[in-house]
Parts: sequence; structure tokens; C-alpha cells
Amino acid sequence: MGTKTLRVDYLTRVEGEGALDLDVSDGKIIAARLNIFEPPRFFEALLRGRSYAEIPDIVARICGICPIAYQMSGVHAIEDAFGIKVGGQLRALRRLIYCGEWIESHALHVVMLHAPDFLGYPDAIRMAADHGDRVRDGLAIRKAGNALMRILGGREIHPVNVRVGGFYSLPSRTELAPIAESLERARDLAIGLVAWVAGFPFPDFERDYEFVGLRHPGEYPFNEGRVVSSRDIDISIAEYETEFEERQVAHSTALHSVVRRRGAYLVGPLARYALNFDRLPASVQALARTAGLDAVCRNPFRGIVVRAVEILYACEEALRLIAAYEPPDMASVPVQPRAAVGFGCTEAPRGICWHRYEFDEGGLIRTARIVPPTSQNQPSIEADLAEVAAGILDQPDEVIRDRCEQSIRNYDPCISCSTHFLRLSVRRT
Amino acid sequence: MGAANRPRLAVWKFASCDGCQLSLLDCEDELLTLAGAITIANFPEASSAVEEGPYDLSLVEGSITTPHDAARILDVRQQSKCLVTIGACATAGGIQALRNFADVEDYIAAVYASPAYIKTLATSTPISAHVAVDFELRGCPINKAQLLEVISAFLAGRRPQIAEHSVCIECKRRGTVCVMVQGTPCLGPVTHAGCGAICPAYRRGCYGCYGPMETPNTAALAREWQALGARPDDIRRAFRTFNAAAEPFARESAAHGD
Repeated sequence: MGTKTLRVDYLTRVEGEGALDLDVSDGKIIAARLNIFEPPRFFEALLRGRSYAEIPDIVARICGICPIAYQMSGVHAIEDAFGIKVGGQLRALRRLIYCGEWIESHALHVVMLHAPDFLGYPDAIRMAADHGDRVRDGLAIRKAGNALMRILGGREIHPVNVRVGGFYSLPSRTELAPIAESLERARDLAIGLVAWVAGFPFPDFERDYEFVGLRHPGEYPFNEGRVVSSRDIDISIAEYETEFEERQVAHSTALHSVVRRRGAYLVGPLARYALNFDRLPASVQALARTAGLDAVCRNPFRGIVVRAVEILYACEEALRLIAAYEPPDMASVPVQPRAAVGFGCTEAPRGICWHRYEFDEGGLIRTARIVPPTSQNQPSIEADLAEVAAGILDQPDEVIRDRCEQSIRNYDPCISCSTHFLRLSVRRT
Repeated sequence: MGAANRPRLAVWKFASCDGCQLSLLDCEDELLTLAGAITIANFPEASSAVEEGPYDLSLVEGSITTPHDAARILDVRQQSKCLVTIGACATAGGIQALRNFADVEDYIAAVYASPAYIKTLATSTPISAHVAVDFELRGCPINKAQLLEVISAFLAGRRPQIAEHSVCIECKRRGTVCVMVQGTPCLGPVTHAGCGAICPAYRRGCYGCYGPMETPNTAALAREWQALGARPDDIRRAFRTFNAAAEPFARESAAHGD
């Protein structure tokens, strides 16, 4: 039987470099491999010998789209090692800056990178010719998130104000007032955004994922909680490695994470939402229901709706935190290093981001381990691709390619983190 | 301007965090206006419509760390009338250039169980080490107002107006009280301007993410740091971050610690 190869030069509208191989034999998918060839930057190696105090600045550079996620997982791990508790308004400000990152990152993905797939445009700029108001609304939402990052972080990309124990400098209530005004507008626009994306055409496709995310006693999770799954996992952040394992595969510079006992799992908005629907305010739950979502959504293509719902939640949560904000007496709590191991795990826009550091008595890093969201989702992305492609193998290669690219974009993969280009090869034998 | 006559822009990624090219998408108010003045011919992070070269302006993000990328940058140069590097990775090698001071085999073994699968160079080098560069825009990340100035200058056929003085001047303009005189070590006196002196305004020392200014007196600054109680390894680490391989910072870092 002849071999047929379809080659596409790169996957676009994702962050990072990758390629996809589909092996097809006798009309069946034998293998789907997401090849990540993003050049490795060796963060876990270069962190060795650095001071604990440098971690927030260095790990931010893992990802320009979600630097706060890396900074937050980092500072929580350090504080865990040194026995420090950051509470009260400093804890609230951490939650607030994380809201800013979710808003800017989700708005970028929903409007600029993902919506064009559903409406048949190559990008948001060309989409703007027909849907200009929607693109402008999306940019306005993103701008509100960035403004929040800027006031609390100093700048939106690689913020400078996060430190171990709290912040370098605190905002005043007066400085937050104009941010609240832009967030109120963003919240109203987000309601429209949810309704808009809920009306997109979605393929009839569901998979029985094992959802993994944080679960907190009282909050929709950002910085704290237990690591739980939709099956039977319910462990502390420190116990992560007892259930999860990173494996190296020959076709990727990003490691693949699996549940040791089972295999692929899913992190990110779909997982977070399914595990924590009851933690969303009634107003957000009601809007999600109106948008056609149940408490659990297993259709990855509808992830765009869940992201839009999370934008609304982050706007509401940010407004709540700003309304309750009183500047604390000190911008940070005192830090005394000690020889210890610490763990941190927070909810990056794309899913949990787990860090482990081992320090010497002076607070220098002996070893570092960082598990980003995209490496955890890679086995699930490959499983999705195999199933998506299996259903349309009789279609022209262009159709298979477009649907595969869209399936990958469902995950908003941040390939720079795990380590934007997709070359798709379909080998038919 | 008719669409056919607009200058054609390409954005390229090498080893990087995507933050600098993201700055282009962060120009929320200017993005659609910009899109009307140029043709975004090749910007894979933003668009699936990728047009063939040649390109009038290429913005290059990231450093060269693999044999494949060392070959790819030659091709990018050949297709580009004007090539501008954006950010500390493309201009100085980035944080990943810390490998230049270490054993890359040890780095690979620290991260990967099967080092044989990993193809990487022993060094991370700036784009200018491989091809001619028409302009280097500094910063980790770049400042989006400066990026717009560079693109506007290119469209107007003039040299970009990017100040080359130190961060200290930006603190003075901003009215920020010097953090060094308050006892906080700061790299501002030797660091290239452009960020707007954010760190001192947030009550911390500059950490040099825009890299060395022109003719910096790093030795004099290191003496000031010592007077403030900084130890040799503190000073070495301070010069070895996002612009570690930039010559003045690399030289000063080597003079401290073991």
C-alpha cells in the first residue's frame, strides 16, 4: 500500500515551536506524536547555585505570556522551604496580580489566537475586518488585565515587584481606583465575550479526561490548595511526585508528564472548571449555564467558552479584592533562609505549574524541578489528535491538518514553557 | 497606502520566552492601526497566513543555541532587507547564555534523563554573532513604546530615536530618589535606559535587564556595591543574569567570586 505524506511547515498561533506526525495504516491511526523542537534553555540547570531571592526574576523568563505563574509557584515553594506564611492583604494582592495574568492571557488566546479557527480566518487582524467590535472588545479586556499587571508588577511582561515574602512596593487605594473602572468595563465586555464564543460551531467530540487541578476549601484556585483529580487523586502539593512522573520521549525536548498509575491527564481551564464549579460565584455559574456549559465540560473545543467564563470570574474576583483592599503595614514579611526543600504549585492560565527547590543553609539553590502545564498536557494532546484525526481520515489532508491544528490550539499550548511551529506529517501505509 | 505597496513585516523566534514578540500584540491601542500601515507577512505566533519572503523588516527574537538555528538565521538574513533584533536574548544571548560559563553536558544531564536525544550548542549567542544586524533593541522584555518607535522609524526611513544613557537619567526624570543612597545595591548606573527605571520606582535596585549602557564603568559600581556590603559572589551573580554574555557584564562578573 502506498505511503502518503502531508507536510505543513509550522503550527501557528501558539507560543513555541513544534511539529506533528500522524502515522496511518489500513485506515487507522497508529501513532500521533507532537514533536516539540523548541531549543531547550535549561532553567533547572542554570538555577543551581543562584540565590533564593533571584528565583522570581529568573523563572519569570521561562514564559513571557504567564510570568506571574512562574513567579507565584516559585515564591510559594521558597516560603514553604523556609517556613514562611504570607497572609492577609499580601496574599490578596498575589491573588489580584494573578487575576491580571488570567485576564490578559485568556483574552489573548480567546480572541487573538483561537476565535479565528471557529470563524475561518487566519488571524485576528483579518478577522477584525468583519468582526472589528469583537476584536476591539477583546483587546480592551486584555488591556485591563495588563493594566492590573502593570500597577502591581511594574510591567506586564516579566513584572519586577514580586518578591519572596510579598512585594517590593505596595499600591495605594487611589492607584487601584482607575484599574477598578477599567475592570468593570472588562467584566461587562467579558459577559458579551462568553455569549459570542458560546455561539461558535463546535465539533461533537468528547473524551473522558482525568482532570487535574488545585482544589481549595473556599476559593476558585489560584495560589493554594490540594492537587486533586476527577478520579481518586487528592494529595498535598509536596506529594505531587508520588502520583505524577515526567518522562523523556525521543521526539520532544519537552518532558511528558503522566499519572504513574494510569497515564495521560488534563490540566488547565477545562480541568479547573470541572473540579471547582461549585467554587464559582452564582452569577458566573449562571452565565456559564446560559452559555450552554454544564458543571463539567469534556469537549476540548468548548474550552474557549470555559476560558471566557474564567475571564469573567477573574474580573469579578479582582473587583472584589480591590474593594476590600487596605494597604498593609509592610510590603513583605521577613525571610530567613535555611537548608530545606520546598514545593509550590499554582494555577497558571494553562494549568498547574509545579516547582520544587532544594536550598543550602545560605539559601542557594542545590536542585530545582519545574513542571509546566504544557508538558503535563502533551500526552492528552496526542490522545486528542489520534481521536480527532481518526474520525476524519476520509477527508482531504487539508481538512485533517486544519482540524489537528485547531485541536492543538484548544490547549493554548505554551510551547516555550515546556519548552510555534508545527510541521504536520501524515504517513499513510 | 494600497495593500500591495505596504512594507512587509516578518517576526522570527529563536531561543526565547516569546515575551518580546508578545509586546507587539500588547500594543492594544496601536495594533489595528499598525496593521493598516504594514503587511504582517510572517508572524506565526499571531497568524496562520504565512507569506513567502523577501521581507522589508524582520524582527528577530531569541538567541542561537542549536545547529539548526545557526543555519536558519542565515536564511532569515538573506530574506530580510532590514533586520532588527528585539530583546536581551537576540541582542546578548539571554539568560540561557549562562551555559557559556558552564559545562553544557552537565546542564543537559541535569534536565534530561537521555541526553543523547538533545541537540544543542555549547553556547547561547546573540544574532549579531552570526549575521549583520541593522538595529538592536534592548530589554528583557523590550519596551513596547520603543518597539513602535523602531517600526515607525523604519517606515519613515530614519534612524530610531532610542536613548543610550543609563537608567540613572530615567530615575532623575521620573523623580525617583536614588535607591543606592538608601543602601540598596543597584545596577542602574551601568545599565542601558529604556525600561523607564521601573525597579527603583518600586523600591528595589535595577537588575540590569536592559544590559550594559555604552562604556559603563562596571568596576567603579562594583566597588560601591562592596561598600554596601555585597559579597564577591553577589556581585558576580548580579552581572550574570539576562545579559550575562554582554562583554562588559561578562568581564566584570569574572572579576568577582571564585
